[in-house]
Amino acid sequence: MSTDTIQLETPRRLRFEIFRFNPEDPASEPHHQTFELEEQPFMTLYIALNRIREEQDPSLQFDFACRSAICGSCGMLVNGRPRLACNTLTRDLGDTIRLEPLPVFKLIGDLSVDTGTWFRGMAEQVGAWIEEKAPFQPHAEEERMNADLAQAIYEGERCIECGCCIAGCGVANVNPDFVGAAGLNRIARFMRDPRDARGDEDWFEVVSDENGVFGCIGLMGCHDVCPKELPLLEQYAFLRRKMLGSAPAEERN
Amino acid sequence: MRIETTDVLVIGGGLAGERCAIESATAGLDVTLLSLVPPRRSHSCAAQGGMQAALGNCVKAEGDEPTIHFLDTVRGSDWGADQEVATIFAHEAPIAVRELAHWGVPWTRVRPGKNTYFIKGEKVEIDEPEENAGLITHRDFGGTAKWRACYASAGTGHAVLYAVDGEVVRLGIRVLDRVEATTLIHEGGRCWGAVSRCLRTGELTAWLAKSTVLATGGHGRIYGQYTTNATINEGAGAVLALETGEVPLGNMEAVQFHPTGLVPSGILVTEGCRGDGGFLLNKDGHRFMVDAEPEKQELASRDVVSRHMMNEIKRGLGVSSDFGEHLWLDLRHLGEEHLRTKLREVWDICRDFNGLDPAREPIPVRPIQHYSMGGVRVNKDGEAYGMRGLFAVGEAACWDLHGFNRLGGNSLAETVVAGRVIGARVAERTAATSLSVSTDVAQAFLADTAKRIALWRDRPSTGGSIYGVRDRVAEILNEKVGVFRTGDELEVAVAELEAVQRDVAHIGLRSSGPGVDPELTAAMRIEGMVRLARITAVGALERTESRGAHARTDYPTRDDAHWLNRTLARWDTESDGPRLTYEPVGLLDLPPGDRGYGKTLQKSMETSIDAYNQRAPGQMAEHGALATDEPMGARMLWGAWKGHEDRPARPERNE
Repeated sequence: MSTDTIQLETPRRLRFEIFRFNPEDPASEPHHQTFELEEQPFMTLYIALNRIREEQDPSLQFDFACRSAICGSCGMLVNGRPRLACNTLTRDLGDTIRLEPLPVFKLIGDLSVDTGTWFRGMAEQVGAWIEEKAPFQPHAEEERMNADLAQAIYEGERCIECGCCIAGCGVANVNPDFVGAAGLNRIARFMRDPRDARGDEDWFEVVSDENGVFGCIGLMGCHDVCPKELPLLEQYAFLRRKMLGSAPAEERN
Repeated sequence: MRIETTDVLVIGGGLAGERCAIESATAGLDVTLLSLVPPRRSHSCAAQGGMQAALGNCVKAEGDEPTIHFLDTVRGSDWGADQEVATIFAHEAPIAVRELAHWGVPWTRVRPGKNTYFIKGEKVEIDEPEENAGLITHRDFGGTAKWRACYASAGTGHAVLYAVDGEVVRLGIRVLDRVEATTLIHEGGRCWGAVSRCLRTGELTAWLAKSTVLATGGHGRIYGQYTTNATINEGAGAVLALETGEVPLGNMEAVQFHPTGLVPSGILVTEGCRGDGGFLLNKDGHRFMVDAEPEKQELASRDVVSRHMMNEIKRGLGVSSDFGEHLWLDLRHLGEEHLRTKLREVWDICRDFNGLDPAREPIPVRPIQHYSMGGVRVNKDGEAYGMRGLFAVGEAACWDLHGFNRLGGNSLAETVVAGRVIGARVAERTAATSLSVSTDVAQAFLADTAKRIALWRDRPSTGGSIYGVRDRVAEILNEKVGVFRTGDELEVAVAELEAVQRDVAHIGLRSSGPGVDPELTAAMRIEGMVRLARITAVGALERTESRGAHARTDYPTRDDAHWLNRTLARWDTESDGPRLTYEPVGLLDLPPGDRGYGKTLQKSMETSIDAYNQRAPGQMAEHGALATDEPMGARMLWGAWKGHEDRPARPERNE
């Protein structure tokens, strides 16, 4: 819809049921608190939550940074489903909107969770960087890469580490060491990259247990909730093919 | 409250801060990086379209070289840039891009054979030669003579940030996220670290460091909702430096307005859209930029395009909407496949925030605050004027390669190039420094922060709110310190901002719950933001000329006789207002001339360039510039531009 064709009708009165708990406050108990707000055109949950904090309850905690669905700060449960709050338009939701923090991650307060620590841990666990084959030569031409391969690597690179796939994962909810879809996608991205020195055997050590690719039980909640629509199914298939092929002979049966 | 020590304290976890930290960590120093958010959520991730580096890898980039990049940058800056810094920058950029490739950035690559591009409204087929297959390719951006922007679809900043952060993780650099610096620790013109407040628990820590780096990004949020910037771009570094009373901010009136902010959210729609052939249309569907700038059309420099857009709206040719007047960015002719691959992030943004399909509908846009050319004034080594041991890098700094108008794609390049160059200086300097500061000094600054917090918590609320102040500042700046400026409006803006600042002293918190308290966090920032707004408005009022993004309708001439200089703003301790002085822009090599677009009126220098250059080093030292490792001018490539300067900006545009 373009901006000059908005039909101005009587605005809806939205009801927000928001999870509240401040772990820093000994007197705080987990509960849901209700706020009401008049809907405005193009209202996102970013706009709504800021209005609630500024006009009704200045202690409400939540996280936003870019408010354009690229930084990954604002993952939360919206009516029970993990998604980014900043690009969720209220017009796509009913009159009552229930907001809760993402599970799995440590709660900081209200809707704010500690994704930073989790993702740093995952990056260290899977080695989410290029292991160089040789030192960088500042005055040499860059290593060439096929344009389609660069595009394929970029597809996996698009993950914004918002945590929605982790929160929506049946395994990650019970196994804190499972690297989840974000971790497996990251591994697949580096495995495809010819600049990386690690071979299939090295990766096998990293991912071929219940915390890695064989931990996934195929519910694919991750695929349904990924706000960037990453090709997670393809990435899994790629990983499993690679891992089955590179298992030591005595483990293949 | 506790006291910690580290060799290098980096404040800000975006690209500039992380790239800088890598240099020190590689040199074996102990580095601590404080960030408001996990580093991958820094605003660097939102850079979309590209990073300028003169690799010259595709047909439309043929013959490109750093010297031409230098020329474009200085011209784009309207000669406000420091030409030695622009030289260093242009020559280091190709190395920085290739290093990023080494670290895994999936740069879009040259596809040999027939490629279809849109150039000046025409569909053009170009044969990319087999010999260039697989090299990093380029797209067109505004204000450049060659296609130079290296890119990864329209997620360039994201891809670069993830690669650099991957290095930070690999090197095991200590990163503390959700931590905010509240004051610098300094004594006798020497910085020894900072005090921080934890945004999880509210705990205060004094960090004693041999070197301190401000890499906090820009301050676009002083324009409130009228900016493309993230909510975290509130000018923390500029405020920290300013509050020392010693360090000046440079050129704060130089504010970039991006032509294509999405209406109504203000989210950035990359210049890469126009680089790839997108049109700007008025309400009649007419490409007004073709009349306004026949040569560059939609790809004139950002300040120029923004002014033509505002004029088009003033002429009544804007599109009316519930959210004010706007124009159209039309990408329909690029086709769905192009939009869903090379401009994928734009496609997502249009769908998510406006529910529109850019392959079928035009996009509502208007100019909006985007970039802070001004910031903490530093010398070419990145060291702050008047404060040894304090460095600034990236958008937080005024290093100053952008002068009064930054070229698209030059900021992403600056973060990484400056991070490498200044990071190396920081590492060298730190290795040669011993920590010689008393913990009493740290305790005193810790106590200052504790006192500020107590003041906010104890002050009774009188009805006004922190958020009200923030919105008021934003309205004043947006209405009166925007794309076009006049003396009358600026005077009003200055007076209004002074009044707002007095109001802040009477506002109390409405809540002060235990823990971190988001309202207190906002309160701790608001006074500094009002100061930045005042400096911006006063600087704009005092500068009675038009240069780059600073466009005075009452002084339309670029006045090189009086204003070929850089504004420095200090806020003396106990003073209730800023103090402005002016220093030379640096050494001049490329003489001030016509930018080749924008139809600038000009008044020439009254002195010779030799006389200007003779005085510049001494005058800059008097204004607080600290001595650099190499003398001023050592990196100049005198006259290297000769032979390139008369080359038409776009020699084969129509061929």
